Amino acid sequence: MAITVQRPNLTFRERLYLPAILSGMAITFRHLKNMLLGRTKVTMQYPEQKWDSNLPEHYRGAPALVKDETGRVRCVACQLCEFICPPRAIKIVPGEFSAGDKFAKVEKFPHEFDIDMIRCIYCGMCEEVCPEQAIYLRKDYAITGFTRADMVHNKEKLLEIGGVMHGVVLKWNEKK
Amino acid sequence: MDYPFLFSSLIKIAALLAVVLGIMNYAVYAERRISALIQDRLGPNRVGPAGLFQPIADAMKFLLKEDFTPAHVNTFYYWLAPCLAMIPAITTLAVVPFGSTLFGVPMVIADINVGVLFVFAIASLGVYGIVLAGWSSNSKYPFLGGVRSSSQMISYELSLGLAVIPVFMLIGQLRLTEVVRYQIENGWLIAPFVGDWGNLHKWLIALPMFISFVVFVIAIFAETNRLPFDLPEAETELVGGYHTEYGSMKFGLFFLGEYVAMITGSAIIVTLFLGGWHFPGVPDGSHGWGWGLFNIFIFFSKVVALLFVFIWVRWTLPRFRYDQLMRLGWVFFFEIALVNIFLMAIILAYFPAQ
Repeated sequence: MAITVQRPNLTFRERLYLPAILSGMAITFRHLKNMLLGRTKVTMQYPEQKWDSNLPEHYRGAPALVKDETGRVRCVACQLCEFICPPRAIKIVPGEFSAGDKFAKVEKFPHEFDIDMIRCIYCGMCEEVCPEQAIYLRKDYAITGFTRADMVHNKEKLLEIGGVMHGVVLKWNEKK
Repeated sequence: MDYPFLFSSLIKIAALLAVVLGIMNYAVYAERRISALIQDRLGPNRVGPAGLFQPIADAMKFLLKEDFTPAHVNTFYYWLAPCLAMIPAITTLAVVPFGSTLFGVPMVIADINVGVLFVFAIASLGVYGIVLAGWSSNSKYPFLGGVRSSSQMISYELSLGLAVIPVFMLIGQLRLTEVVRYQIENGWLIAPFVGDWGNLHKWLIALPMFISFVVFVIAIFAETNRLPFDLPEAETELVGGYHTEYGSMKFGLFFLGEYVAMITGSAIIVTLFLGGWHFPGVPDGSHGWGWGLFNIFIFFSKVVALLFVFIWVRWTLPRFRYDQLMRLGWVFFFEIALVNIFLMAIILAYFPAQ
């Protein structure tokens, strides 16, 4: 069935068309004026201004290794994060403590610890699986580099991002 | 051989080109910044202070890109088209008086007695650039763009020509310097009654002049393919229209040619209706070279103000549908311009200037 659409009856002023154009131009000019006077909120100028202080507590940024309050690297090179990592971004080369060492109980420490930030998907599974609370997702998100090699974070870089974390540490604690 | 004339003409040509190309570059920048501000954005603000070096960066990009010619094009016309888009727009400026006098030299490159006819003759060549680009590209989108452009420009040239006839009925000469001189003596044609409020003749000619002005400005919009008449390059329908197959500086010539055409159109509007280089209370160049320079500055200020209107309108109005465009051109503007000529004739016959 055909449907008859009722066309609106335009007044003379509307049919003249030019008044409508002028009122449209008045609207755009108001926007221009408000922008020039700084009354309109605009996009943040990204590299100069950042939203970092407003990031939520649970934000998942770049993964990083942390030290405990005595300055020791918490990681014991158990390699659980390496196994759980879905994109296989983590590569750990464990080193062993000798039998007479003060920390012989700890058994292993990370000799090398690389995270390939091109592969990392910021899922946070490494943080979740870590029994020593040694790896955390920090709030860094602007990870850039000029080469692929630049994008691999080694142990020093990870510790630099990580910083110091307070709280329970199991294996490094001599009393436990 | 008239060496002083040749020498001064060459200097004028070089200076005018430098100024116009400078305005053109910064018109592109202004277009981007103003459109951004209208849309509550910021626009390009990274290259140099407030993004002022953006046009230079863009030009460098155009020049350094590979000049690629697709295999399926008609090479000769493909190369000719960008030149034809740029040349008529620049050539038209030769007859526009852009200042009074400087050191006794009149500030117009070629003061010819067929002034406005020359403008129309050369400006209408601009359509060849677009048609040839559309046809030689041997591709569907450019072809549609070229066909649209040719019909649109031909339709609007009619009202463009008819709209200025009342101006020359009043002045009696086609020479553009005479048009400016008339406006200095009798008031700008857009508002001839200013300063002579009691003159009935001037109040009456203001009406056909205003109609002429509106029709002429709208026809210039259509001639320069600017929104709301940008059907030849409608991005949403035709990808890029007639310049879809072009890249690097050849695209740049089309793109910048549009802006030069805008500047030329504004210059002609300023000369015909807005008093040219004249501003009330400012003496001409015979009172010292400082005033001569100031006259040139006034002229280009008016041109820039009109360019702002061009940009402002572009970011306000949506594009016309094609049938609306044709109906507007043939049914409204053509008739309005025609009736306007009769109106002017009646006013001139029954209410002559005192």
